[in-house]
Amino acid sequence: MSIAWYLAVSAIVFSLGALGVMTRRNPLVVLLCLELMLNGANLALIAFSRMWGNGDGQILAIVVMTVAACEVCIGLGMIVAIYRRRLPIDVDELRELQG
Amino acid sequence: MSAVLFFIAAIGVISGAVGVVVLRNPFYSVLALVAHLLSLAVLFLLLRAEFVAAVQVVVYAGAVMVLYVFVVAYVGGESDSLGERLRGAGHGPGASRLRLGGAILAGALLVELLIALLGTGLEAIGGYGAGYAPGPEAYGTPAYIGKLLLTRFLLAFEIASFLLLIAAVGGVVLARRRGGLEDEDGREALTPLDLLRPRGTGTMAEGVGRRPS
Repeated sequence: MSIAWYLAVSAIVFSLGALGVMTRRNPLVVLLCLELMLNGANLALIAFSRMWGNGDGQILAIVVMTVAACEVCIGLGMIVAIYRRRLPIDVDELRELQG
Repeated sequence: MSAVLFFIAAIGVISGAVGVVVLRNPFYSVLALVAHLLSLAVLFLLLRAEFVAAVQVVVYAGAVMVLYVFVVAYVGGESDSLGERLRGAGHGPGASRLRLGGAILAGALLVELLIALLGTGLEAIGGYGAGYAPGPEAYGTPAYIGKLLLTRFLLAFEIASFLLLIAAVGGVVLARRRGGLEDEDGREALTPLDLLRPRGTGTMAEGVGRRPS
């Protein structure tokens, strides 16, 4: 398959992730949708890397995976802290950052 | 052959992504994301990114998703489906319009991305990629990636490792138990076994600070 097909799939996955981030209200699902957006970007990076036969895009994809792992670690820690305080797990209710 | 494999994997990727966004229960969303990640690894393999595909399956679909499953099992909680979200069932008068606006924005983003990616003047997009010669240090193999990571991209490698360290410390700080936050019934009562057992026997209960008084 030509590179354009992979790019189309990556655009679709990225937009689906953006749709989830904007419409879902459970912060866990919002984090999952952020992962979707990062995966769409990863697919585009690796497709372009294949296009030029150059490994730089793959290295950037690995770095993006590292950043995603950090984001999951911090985000899930925050969700657990919110749950311990008996606050609602809902991004519409959690409008204020003050403790 | 590769075209058939591409379409199977692409359908898996997109249906997994739709499942993450649409499914009502967060646990099923996590499972849909696992399916999405496995199909994405097949796409990476088709693009000759063998090491990245392996990392995707082992680290992402293995370790990170296990963390998600643990937190979903701990926090739980039902989430309404996308249809109810779009109708804004019982969340104020402006909620449904906001959901619809989000959907329209996502559609506009998709159109814009497709125009930007496919409408470029790059002729190489229609091609099948650069030439590929199999070998022990060919493009995409662990040896190739390792050589790049430890020579040209050494600084990025080190910064990523520091980022992981900072995130690990931050996760521990965020999720630790603070004094006075947990309520009284969270503490378990002493059992008769605690009183019978001599102190300092090194049990797990003593390790977390529960001692017979």
